[in-house]
Amino acid sequence: MTQPEGLFGVTGTGDTSGMGGLVRKRPVQLDAQRPLGGWYDEVVDALEEAYPGFADAIERVVIDRGELTLHIVPAKIAEVCQILRDDLSLRYELCSSVSGVDYIAEERRLHAVYHLTSMTYRRRIRLECAVTAADPHLPSVTSVYPTADWQERETYDMFGIVFDGHPNLTRILMPDDWDGHPQRKDYPLGGVPVEYKGAEIPPPDSRRAYR
Amino acid sequence: MSSNAGYAQERETTEGKVFTVTGGDWDSIVSGVDPMHDERIVVNMGPQHPSTHGVLRLVLEMEGETVTEARLVVGYLHTGIEKNMEYRTWTQGSTFVTRMDYLAPIFNETAYSLAVEKLLGIEDQITERANTIRVLMMELNRISSHLVWLATTGMELGALSMMIYGFREREFILDIFEMITGLRMNMAYVRPGGVAQDVPDTAIVKIREFLDFMPKRIKEYEDLLSGQPIWTARTKGVAVLDVTGCVALGVTGPVLRSSGLAWDLRKTMPYCGYETYDFDVPTQPEGDVFARYLVRLAEMRESLKIIEQALDRLKPGPVMVEDRKIAWPAQLALGTDGLGNSLEHVAHIMGQSMESLIHHFKLVTEGFRVPAGQVYVPIEGPRGELGAHVISDGGTRPFRVHMREPSFVNLQAIPAMAEGGLLADVIAGGASLDPVMGGCDR
Repeated sequence: MTQPEGLFGVTGTGDTSGMGGLVRKRPVQLDAQRPLGGWYDEVVDALEEAYPGFADAIERVVIDRGELTLHIVPAKIAEVCQILRDDLSLRYELCSSVSGVDYIAEERRLHAVYHLTSMTYRRRIRLECAVTAADPHLPSVTSVYPTADWQERETYDMFGIVFDGHPNLTRILMPDDWDGHPQRKDYPLGGVPVEYKGAEIPPPDSRRAYR
Repeated sequence: MSSNAGYAQERETTEGKVFTVTGGDWDSIVSGVDPMHDERIVVNMGPQHPSTHGVLRLVLEMEGETVTEARLVVGYLHTGIEKNMEYRTWTQGSTFVTRMDYLAPIFNETAYSLAVEKLLGIEDQITERANTIRVLMMELNRISSHLVWLATTGMELGALSMMIYGFREREFILDIFEMITGLRMNMAYVRPGGVAQDVPDTAIVKIREFLDFMPKRIKEYEDLLSGQPIWTARTKGVAVLDVTGCVALGVTGPVLRSSGLAWDLRKTMPYCGYETYDFDVPTQPEGDVFARYLVRLAEMRESLKIIEQALDRLKPGPVMVEDRKIAWPAQLALGTDGLGNSLEHVAHIMGQSMESLIHHFKLVTEGFRVPAGQVYVPIEGPRGELGAHVISDGGTRPFRVHMREPSFVNLQAIPAMAEGGLLADVIAGGASLDPVMGGCDR
């Protein structure tokens, strides 16, 4: 595996904590086989019935530790959310959480993860979309779930995933003029140069003999 | 008459010039000199403002006293907790999450610990006593968090004495926390596998004392506020948000319940054995600030019921999982300066058993490994759904931890509640969401 070049020209893991060995591989997740058992079948069947583009939109179905995960083709995420929210036998009314994960060793390394809750049926589901760092675009779900507004902004801020169609996709936690996306795995841990009273303070990793 | 006709008339007297400002068409005069006469103004409230509960900035576009547009700016308290956790062991994670929502530390720890336990597949091994202590601590924490809400909201809406009473009772709960965990807040008490140490008998006595006087105190708050004309004028019909608005904006917790939907994860998706406790989920139909106040008062009463039941079923037993590969190796002892390793344990590993020393060293420095996978564990925090999305790659440190913070999500509702209302109602509406910026910004 080749190490990707990091932000700010960082090479290697970017780890300056002295703990080392932070290159990690994601273990293979096995696809779930039908029948999935329990209510998982009901949900997947209902989605398949209500959504004509099911076969093209769903990449994989994974069940792990009693949690159902659907891997969605990024371009289709808003459509799938719309069906999941509106279909009477699915009824995922609440979008609990939107966040990101950076699986740095993968080709499509940036994942947007959605946790939806059906208050009617008391079920949860996880949707996952994988995009590349070179083209990190997928549609925004704010038109379906207005609550995704800030959460998508946070995901953009932290991972650089761009949600097309978002009304105001700006940074939310980091300052507006910040460079880079801090939650990416190749973001330099030692920090970035900080300008203070005209003088530039270099980050620790170039001050100390870490490497 | 002087040359500046249209302005105040002046005349000379023995004491100097005297102006007479009666009469005249002042509207036309003012519109001539004031370029802002007909324009909207933008008010920047915060980030340093007593009623913004920390560092929250509100950008309000005003027309007179009416807010036409409200925009929120957050992030001033961002400390990168989630990123930091990726470089610390699973056990150390407790110490980080407890600092997120600093008014509800026990909830953060429990959500995180439940997620790690689900990844480890040891949910069934958590001892009954540990589960009961978690419930006990969470409900105490829920009351202390609601008390701070009541106190600060009272202060912001002009009921200053409520602040003193609210903090007085909260102090009592913090004393209980100190007896049990050694710390008043940020205790890192609930840990993956159980809790850090057992509840001492003295604390049980103190909790009983609390259960004894607290119902009377809640009645006092109710007597103080519910019929109070200023309080009702500032809260009734103010910052209304209905069920549709709440669900669309992802608002959960007391705010959702005060608009009529009895959605409480302790009932709807139970954890920690909540299904075995007898309590009600209070709701109100109105969806205004007053309803949120009533719901929180009622929730404190329900929490007292749960605490009483938890105390009754507290049987002696271990508070950590049996598995020595996960359980913290040290025996903790409570000293005058907080929790620390017991001297006995130190003597044992340093003087008697080499194996114990190795075991201690491995577990403390390297930590335990957690099988790869991801889980999302939501619990009912004092502010709503608090979810821990935790991912492991099989290592001794989390691959990624994301906390779904109710403060962060709920704050999005402020424009929906405030636009079209008065500036003073922004304060009431914002306070009624009970945002904690440490949780919001993480």
